[in-house]
Amino acid sequence: MSQNETTHKKETSGETGLKASDIDPKFKYRISKLPGAENILLCFQCGTCTADCPIARFDDFYRPRKLVRMVQLGLKDRLLSNDIIWLCSTCFTCVDHCPQDVGIANIVRALRNLTAEEREMPVVYKELASNILKTGYAYVIPSLRLKRREEDGLPSLPRANLENLAKLFDITGLSKTIEKV
Amino acid sequence: MPNYLIFRGCLIPYRISSYEISAKKVLDKLGVELEEMSEFNCCGFPLDPINHDTMLTLAARDLCLAEQQELNIMTLCNGCFGTLNHVNKELKEDKELKGRINEYLKEIGMEFKGTTTVKHLIHVLAEDIGFDRIKEAIQKPLNPLQVAQHTGCHVVRPAKYSGADDSEHPMVLRNLIEVTGAECLNYIDEMECCGAPIIGVKPEIPLQLAGEKLRHVRDVGAQALVTVCPFCHMMYDLNQQRIERTLNEKFSIPVLHYPQLLGLAMGFSPEELAFKQLRVNASKIVTR
Repeated sequence: MSQNETTHKKETSGETGLKASDIDPKFKYRISKLPGAENILLCFQCGTCTADCPIARFDDFYRPRKLVRMVQLGLKDRLLSNDIIWLCSTCFTCVDHCPQDVGIANIVRALRNLTAEEREMPVVYKELASNILKTGYAYVIPSLRLKRREEDGLPSLPRANLENLAKLFDITGLSKTIEKV
Repeated sequence: MPNYLIFRGCLIPYRISSYEISAKKVLDKLGVELEEMSEFNCCGFPLDPINHDTMLTLAARDLCLAEQQELNIMTLCNGCFGTLNHVNKELKEDKELKGRINEYLKEIGMEFKGTTTVKHLIHVLAEDIGFDRIKEAIQKPLNPLQVAQHTGCHVVRPAKYSGADDSEHPMVLRNLIEVTGAECLNYIDEMECCGAPIIGVKPEIPLQLAGEKLRHVRDVGAQALVTVCPFCHMMYDLNQQRIERTLNEKFSIPVLHYPQLLGLAMGFSPEELAFKQLRVNASKIVTR
């Protein structure tokens, strides 16, 4: 069992008590200023998001309702140090079904963005970012594939403007985030 | 017919050429001309989890390129559609956001104006070409073939931006299947996600999720599953053997790109529609 799962087990069974220092009361306001997360305070914990979440059915710990509650409670540290936030598959079922228009998937995105900026990110995102920076495409397309396109009668692929991409990565802050990780 | 700028995205040229080959064949026959983008960059979807602004700016850059070429975009990928369409609508509606993103774009000499529209292949087929013209092009109706549909997420959700007819029970792909003469069977949880976006984070979950769908599709007796997104297709076709190993369960369900199904009905041969490039053998359904 990973350390994360152990922590989770303890939390759900109430073994680890909360200390006042674990709480950042302003965290919910910070999140509510991020795009798509404006309605976080409207969540009344009905649990529709978790009930309809396909990931929650296959993972013992991923519960969107709980993530929103943790933001409301200000448990910033627990959220940003938790692999669980990377499990949302962005199917947007929770967004469409939420009776309060909370935009849960956007809140998860906001948590991921903060985690990437301040702490870490799964290695796959670093690879995708690096591929886009180097080629414009999210995957490095092998030359064999490009030759095969010709044989299949497909047009050659449009090229990327790598100078533009490097600039956009810099000014949107992504370059800094990737360097740090 | 209007021309479209084809936005093929990243996964199609990387490993799902069969989708592009079959789409090109079908659209060409229906009189749709596809034009290439002058430049390309990923729509930004894969970067949204790590930097929302980077995603917005990359998508906006693609939209600017389409505006410069004075063409509407047609995507083949649900992910590209979801991202480009959402960003396009959001920037058109939200002046403040548009101003912020244009500040970034100014640095590369571009400006988002809001003069293009983003469509997915299924919208171009159903709305622009229309069912009457597709019907006229059908030469070999596919009945009594029975298939199941997987529309996928980003072409219908979030409903606020997707413009889908009904995000709980969308009819577009269903109707497009029926027009070929094939029957579209109902099954449990049709609108469930394929799980592809987290395959690189925790593969066990998407493999189980996709396996569950294959089980539902098999249980209603569908002879094939029909998709309209390279990521969904990758999950059900390329990964089907891996799913079978993981769940210790046999499926052997052919997974077709919708234009392969339509192409068959229009009289193209399986070779012309790149059936050979499918991982799960689909010869059972073409030698009816």
